[in-house]
Amino acid sequence: MTVYFIQAFIYLVAAVIAVPIAKRLGLGSVLGYLIAGVVIGPLTGLVGSETLTIQHFAEFGVVMMLFLVGLELEPRLLWEMRNKLVGLGGLQVTLSSVLIMAVCLVFGLDWRIALAIGLMLSLSSTAIVLQTFQEKGLAKTEGGRSAFSVLLFQDIAVIPMLAFIPLLAIPELLDVGSISADAHDDHTIDIVSGLSDWLYALVVLGSIAFVIVGGHYLSRPLFHFIANTGLREMFTASALLLVIGIAALMSLVGLSPALGTFLAGVVLANSEFRHELETNIEPFKGILLGLFFITVGAGISFEIVGENFGIVMAAVLAIMLLKAGVLLLLARIFKIHRQEAWLFALSLAQAGEFGFVLLSFSVQNHVIPQDIADILSPIIAITMFLTPLLFIVFDRVVLKFYQTQDEDREADEINDSGKVIIAGVGRFGQIVNRLLVANDIPTVVLDHDASIIDNVRRFKMKSWYGDASRPDLLHTAGIEDAKLLVIAIDDQNRALDMVTHVKEFHSHVKVLARAFDRTHGYKLTEAGADIVVSETFYSALELGGEALKALDLHPFKVEQMKSVFRKTDQQTRNTVYNEWLQGDINNRYSKNFIALFSEIEKHLANELKRSRIDGHDNSETGWTPPPKTYLDETD
Amino acid sequence: MSNKVLVLFAHPAQEYSEVNMPMFDIAKKAEGVTSIDLYAEYPKHDIDVKIEQERLQQHDVVIFLFPLYWYSTPAILKDWMDLVLQYGFAYGHDGNALKDKLFLPVISTGGPEIAYCEEGINHFGLRELLRPLEQTANFCGMYFIAPFVIFGARTAVEDKRLNNHLEQWQLLLNALVENRLDLDKAKDLEHLSTDFDGVIQ
Repeated sequence: MTVYFIQAFIYLVAAVIAVPIAKRLGLGSVLGYLIAGVVIGPLTGLVGSETLTIQHFAEFGVVMMLFLVGLELEPRLLWEMRNKLVGLGGLQVTLSSVLIMAVCLVFGLDWRIALAIGLMLSLSSTAIVLQTFQEKGLAKTEGGRSAFSVLLFQDIAVIPMLAFIPLLAIPELLDVGSISADAHDDHTIDIVSGLSDWLYALVVLGSIAFVIVGGHYLSRPLFHFIANTGLREMFTASALLLVIGIAALMSLVGLSPALGTFLAGVVLANSEFRHELETNIEPFKGILLGLFFITVGAGISFEIVGENFGIVMAAVLAIMLLKAGVLLLLARIFKIHRQEAWLFALSLAQAGEFGFVLLSFSVQNHVIPQDIADILSPIIAITMFLTPLLFIVFDRVVLKFYQTQDEDREADEINDSGKVIIAGVGRFGQIVNRLLVANDIPTVVLDHDASIIDNVRRFKMKSWYGDASRPDLLHTAGIEDAKLLVIAIDDQNRALDMVTHVKEFHSHVKVLARAFDRTHGYKLTEAGADIVVSETFYSALELGGEALKALDLHPFKVEQMKSVFRKTDQQTRNTVYNEWLQGDINNRYSKNFIALFSEIEKHLANELKRSRIDGHDNSETGWTPPPKTYLDETD
Repeated sequence: MSNKVLVLFAHPAQEYSEVNMPMFDIAKKAEGVTSIDLYAEYPKHDIDVKIEQERLQQHDVVIFLFPLYWYSTPAILKDWMDLVLQYGFAYGHDGNALKDKLFLPVISTGGPEIAYCEEGINHFGLRELLRPLEQTANFCGMYFIAPFVIFGARTAVEDKRLNNHLEQWQLLLNALVENRLDLDKAKDLEHLSTDFDGVIQ
């Protein structure tokens, strides 16, 4: 036990120190983990051969990542992007793979090895690139969007690659492989090895059908049932159960677990539990993937790199030039111009984390011999290390060049309609949402009551189950690039917490909050909410107006009275708020405050009466006639 | 001495606007000009009389910028006049807050210029149709300037007439701010474009 604690401690310490530093330096978390691995592995020798076992365990992070990739794939969005996705992405993967394979063939590698290398190096680093885009605000530019569609295609392309690579297995390696093979492969259990071919096909198809149908029809009642218990950890447990269960089923029938969970993700992409599932799986995925990258870093051998230093450096250079060249060519074909083309080419020129995944997968499947893998893994890592440098080149050289070229060209129109997140979609939030959606404004709606989500979904509103006051759920809902957050939840204290959190960490988001009563409204304002509306004020004003009309006041007069009432209330709100702020925390309603309040009530009554007084005083209500003596003056 | 110019803009359907919006944008950027979008300021027509009156007192030139609706202003400008030009402020006993200020209507019309004459489909000249505005200004002691008009506004973009109009609008605003308008000439024209170069000194 002690050994495990110490090992876990070493891994965690390395990660906790290296990742934040790497992020601060603009290198991104993937490189942080790799550095941590290098430090505890080849550099200091703190960890040894157990990394390989840990790596197999950590590969489960990849399975989870593909589940999340599936969850994020909205079929509608994919369809809209189909041209770029298949055109740009498909061509990038194909051309890069073929070219890299050709280079490998020239150097006398077996064609199967060459093809596997081509495939794994054609992929770029989604993690590094997307993160950098977000940090530098490049995600919405043309180059950024094109790069995104290529990355998305690559993420999807991994699935068929995982299915395809085992077919490339080299028989001679099988023998070598089984000697050095790990426990992982020896104890493989499957239920299909004894079956005849057609029965096997049937079992495979049946399992896939089970994942799709089950994901669609069984998972929702299950999640509903669990959501209604209100136990958060049960939801986490069932999310894990889902992913692990599918992975187990797929392994049993001899399919890739990643493929199965990816499918399940796609099936659940439109479910109301999508964001909550994402939120629950995300940390596990993050840690496991982190662990995976640490083991990759720890597995890098300085000796081998040192011996082959020339080859490694030449390969790094060749890969990046080749990939950038292909991307520039594609940019030209797809009419991506100027700095956008350079952004597109420079950002995707590296190999990526999927390269590591495919590499270890290829070694396990006896496609690539260990000695080549030992050289490839540092090559991939170095191309990733160089990516931040390329972004610096883009900032300092490319942008400068084009900026000086067109000083007075007007800024591009920002193609961002601005997303709105609505927290709480009960009686209040629903109306807000309907108004926005009717105006074609994209909203993301969250509520922690599964039955409410059910109801609004029946009206074809896009809504997700989840506790909106959780920062991580806000994150998955896309708070980073949201424009507005509407807080319409019942729980007063949670609403306050949300305002505080969002104003602290996402100050660009405008917060519109529903207040339970006056005090809650003041508290929301104090917490930083930009716009606060009392949940009862306007409906009460409406009903009051109806009451006046029922007493035979003229409807237009009533409208004016309401308007004056509303304005006076708004104007005095600030005064009252400041007085409230000055009261002591426990008893905010000091004597001053109460005196002020009754003064304001008097003021309000006066305002309303003024318009009833005959005569002329330039009051805010209008249409008062000139005095009766008026004709005498104009003579 | 430079003038302070107030542009009161009234357009209830701005998403369809091709002429008035660019004009309003120019006014917003012009130095010495305060530009108010009345429909944005008072979406419920609940015009704040006090604020509007104070604003009037701070300016020397008052411009109404609007598309012609049934030979008159859009409703909010009528509301504005009804409410803001009160007895005791704009007219009547002690009502001389607007005395000697300049008043200029800036208008876009749907019909072509030939429609606005006795033989035309509208039977009256534009200047004739605007008499209520002119007399309102006079009654408040303001100095009425002939309207600055673009006719046939619905096809101004297609006919490539808009740019010229926008240029004139900019020049006009500058001239008003710098007090370079020949008021005697500007008073009697049917509309300013009939002798645009003549009225700007």
